[in-house]
Amino acid sequence: MKPRHKKIAIITSGVTALCVAAILVLNAFQSNLVFFFSPSQVAANEAPTDKRFRIGGLVEMGSIRRNEGLTVNFAVTDNAEVIPVVYTGILPDLFKEGKGVVAQGRISAGGIFEADEVLAKHDENYMPPEAAMALEQAAEAKKAALAQ
Amino acid sequence: MAINWFKYSSPSSFYSLAGKMIPLFTVTAILLAIAGLYIGFFVAPTDFQQGEAYRIIFIHVPAAWMSMFLYLVMACWAAIGLAFNTRLSSMIATAIAPTGAMFTFLALWTGSLWGKPMWGAWWVWDARLTSELILLFLYIGFMSLQAAIDDPRRADKAGAILALVGVVNIPIIYFSVNWWNTLHQGASVSLTQSPKMAATMLTGMLVMALACWMYSIAMTLIRTRVIILERERHTSWVADLHEKEAAR
Repeated sequence: MKPRHKKIAIITSGVTALCVAAILVLNAFQSNLVFFFSPSQVAANEAPTDKRFRIGGLVEMGSIRRNEGLTVNFAVTDNAEVIPVVYTGILPDLFKEGKGVVAQGRISAGGIFEADEVLAKHDENYMPPEAAMALEQAAEAKKAALAQ
Repeated sequence: MAINWFKYSSPSSFYSLAGKMIPLFTVTAILLAIAGLYIGFFVAPTDFQQGEAYRIIFIHVPAAWMSMFLYLVMACWAAIGLAFNTRLSSMIATAIAPTGAMFTFLALWTGSLWGKPMWGAWWVWDARLTSELILLFLYIGFMSLQAAIDDPRRADKAGAILALVGVVNIPIIYFSVNWWNTLHQGASVSLTQSPKMAATMLTGMLVMALACWMYSIAMTLIRTRVIILERERHTSWVADLHEKEAAR
C-alpha cells in the first residue's frame, strides 16, 4: 500500500466513523430534543405522566377563562385533540386565542395539564397589520362563499 | 487575457492584493449597513402580531445566517489547507474564526433579547438554540486549539480536523426547526419556498445580510494580513516592506 493510499484510507474511515457517530447522536436526540408534545401525543399517552413535560399547540378559540387572581383556564389543541390547561401567573403578550403556545408542567389525574410556565410560540410570517386584515377578510369571504 | 490566479495563493502577493481590497469592502459594508438599518427602522412596516419588537430580525437573522455560513467557509479553507498543504488557506480559516464567533454570539444575544418579550423566556433548551450554542463552542474551541499549539503548521492541521468534525452541526442548526418540535419558529426565507414576510421587510433583511457579508470579507482580509506578517516575519519580502514603511 502506498503512503498516499494509506492516507486516503485513514481519512475515509475517519469520515465514516464520524457519520456513524453523528447518526447515533441524532437518534439519541430524537427522543430527548423534543421541546414539546402535541395534544395528540398526550392523548395517545406518549408524554411522560410522572414528570414535567411541555405541551405545544394552538390556544383553542373561545377556551380562555380568567378566574380570580391570576389563574387562567384555557385549552391547547392541534385540531385533533384538546387538552385543558390551568395556569397561575402572567401570560406573555402574544398569548391569544388561535395562536401558538407552549406550556410546561405536569398532567394531573383528572387529565388537566397544570402548567407552571407558559411561553408563546409565534409563526414565521411577518406582515403589516393591513395585510393581515386583508388576508383575514379574504378568508372570511371565501368561507361565506362556501357556505352559500 | 488569462489571469494566473495561483499567483495570489502566495502570501506576499495576497498581502498587497488584500491591502487594496480592504477599503472597498469596508466602505460597501458601511453604506449597506446604513441603507439596511434605514429600511429596517423607517421604511419597513410594523408587524401585525409582534409590533415593533420584530425589528430585531434585521440584526438577528443576518447574524445567524453569517454564523452558519462563515463556519462552512472556514471549514472549507481549513480542508483545502489540510489536503493540499497550502499555507494561505489555513491562514484564511484562522482569520475567519473570530468573526464567525462574533456573529454567533450576536445571534444568540439578539435572540435572547427577542425571546423575552415574545416567548416569555430569555433562554429555552430548544433544539435550534442549543445547536447554535454548540456552534459558539466550536468556534471558541477552534480558536483555543490553534492558540494552544505553538507550531503554526501543526496548529493548522489540528484546527482543520476540529473544524471539519464540527460541520455536522450546521445542517442540524438549519433543519432543527423542521426535524423537531421547537419553540423557535420555522424559516421565513428559504430557497424552496416564497418568503413569508412583507417585501420591504425582506429587502431590509437582505441588505443587512449583504452588509454583514462585506463586513466579514473586510475583517477576514485585515486579519489574514496580520497573520501573514506574523508568520512570514523572517522572510526577505517582509523585511523589504518594513524598510519601505520606515522610509515613508
